Amino acid sequence: MCLALPAQILQIHSDNTGMATVSVDGVKVEVSLALVDDVQIGDYVLVHVGYALNKIDEDEAIKTLALFAEAGLTATP
Amino acid sequence: MKYIDEFRRHDLAKQLAQAIAQTVHPERHYRLMEFCGGHTHAIFRYGVQDLMPANVEFIHGPGCPVCVLPTGRIDNAIQLVEQHDVILCTYADLVRVPATGRNSLLKAKAGGADIRMVYSTQDVLKIARDNSDRQVVFFAIGFETTTPPTAVAIKQARAEELKNLTVFCNHVLTPAAMQAILDAPVPVAIDAFLGPSHVSSVIGSRPYEVFAEQYGKPIVIAGFEPLDVMQSALMLIRQLNDGRHEVENEYSRAVTRDGNQKAQALVNEVLELRPEFEWRGLGLIPNSALKLKAAYAEFDAEQRFDMPAIQASDVKGCECPAILRGAKKPQDCKLLGTVCTPENPMGSCMVSSEGACAAYWSYGRLRGNIATSVESP
Repeated sequence: MCLALPAQILQIHSDNTGMATVSVDGVKVEVSLALVDDVQIGDYVLVHVGYALNKIDEDEAIKTLALFAEAGLTATP
Repeated sequence: MKYIDEFRRHDLAKQLAQAIAQTVHPERHYRLMEFCGGHTHAIFRYGVQDLMPANVEFIHGPGCPVCVLPTGRIDNAIQLVEQHDVILCTYADLVRVPATGRNSLLKAKAGGADIRMVYSTQDVLKIARDNSDRQVVFFAIGFETTTPPTAVAIKQARAEELKNLTVFCNHVLTPAAMQAILDAPVPVAIDAFLGPSHVSSVIGSRPYEVFAEQYGKPIVIAGFEPLDVMQSALMLIRQLNDGRHEVENEYSRAVTRDGNQKAQALVNEVLELRPEFEWRGLGLIPNSALKLKAAYAEFDAEQRFDMPAIQASDVKGCECPAILRGAKKPQDCKLLGTVCTPENPMGSCMVSSEGACAAYWSYGRLRGNIATSVESP
């Protein structure tokens, strides 16, 4: 129920409906931007029940991946 | 797929598993409650449990809104659609959950009730616009992740002057459930929590700080991907080894300390706390659910229609309530894999795509601890 998918914003509709077209792994979906501010074309957002919930922070994603790698460095095979 | 594939890398999972194995103290048992059903499914689907040392145990929590919804509320919805001839809109997660007398929304639909599965509250608004001569009721359920879209729809309905739309509100709150588990008269032994992913993207990590502080329980906000779960488990193990009890955020790519304040403001504008609400498995919990504010009473289905509280009991022998508290595991239920399967569910934990029993059945039954007639491939 709380699952959300990362999706890239392809188009922000210009008809004042607050809707956008996003790509979820190549599949185009219409979502509402009513819950987010300051999103732009190309941004990745978390999509849940037809709404963008949050923008995904690329820098933080890179840091998290670095944490995994760091754990790997400390592990002895 | 960006932000998915890199968090499912097999080589990194092996490295994380080695790091965890080297970090645990062999003489200690680590009991980590994963609050969300999404975590439960990640643990089983990707075999995370099997990558953990034997002394790291995952305890499944109540974080599945379909599972914790009491049967009486589903009975209410079925009565509503059958007696008042409304169009009932619902997320698909709910349609197969057993109601009283082996009934369900799906069976009511098969019997002629106008029940429509929706993907988004935007769909509900469209159905209300297209059926101005019919009453449309949205069966709203979910934790804090799913609540803001309901608030948006209510505000939009007012702006559009939609007089035929109401909401049967069953939105519930994560921190209240966490508190209920920690305050249980017979407490479940839990050392630390994997905190919710997408709930926390809305409410932030701040609401959990009181639990870490007052109850001395480490909490790590964890993403739903398998590497997120493993990294979060490692962070919790380190906290326990160090004697720390803090809120840490592994899912920082989507969660901040303060969360999505725009979404929170929308919810606070439209909805308010109920004095108490019944949860399957946890009983009545004070201040644990939301209802529409008086200013939006015209959109409240419980005010527009006669919807008396219905006390209903679960199927005899079904252990869903104890499983939701973390007091039992699915394999402790005699019904699991015998009369209770996804095709013939007896309880909500087997129906929901986030239910612990569904996870055990779908991914865990071949581990040999579940009665089943299905042969290993």
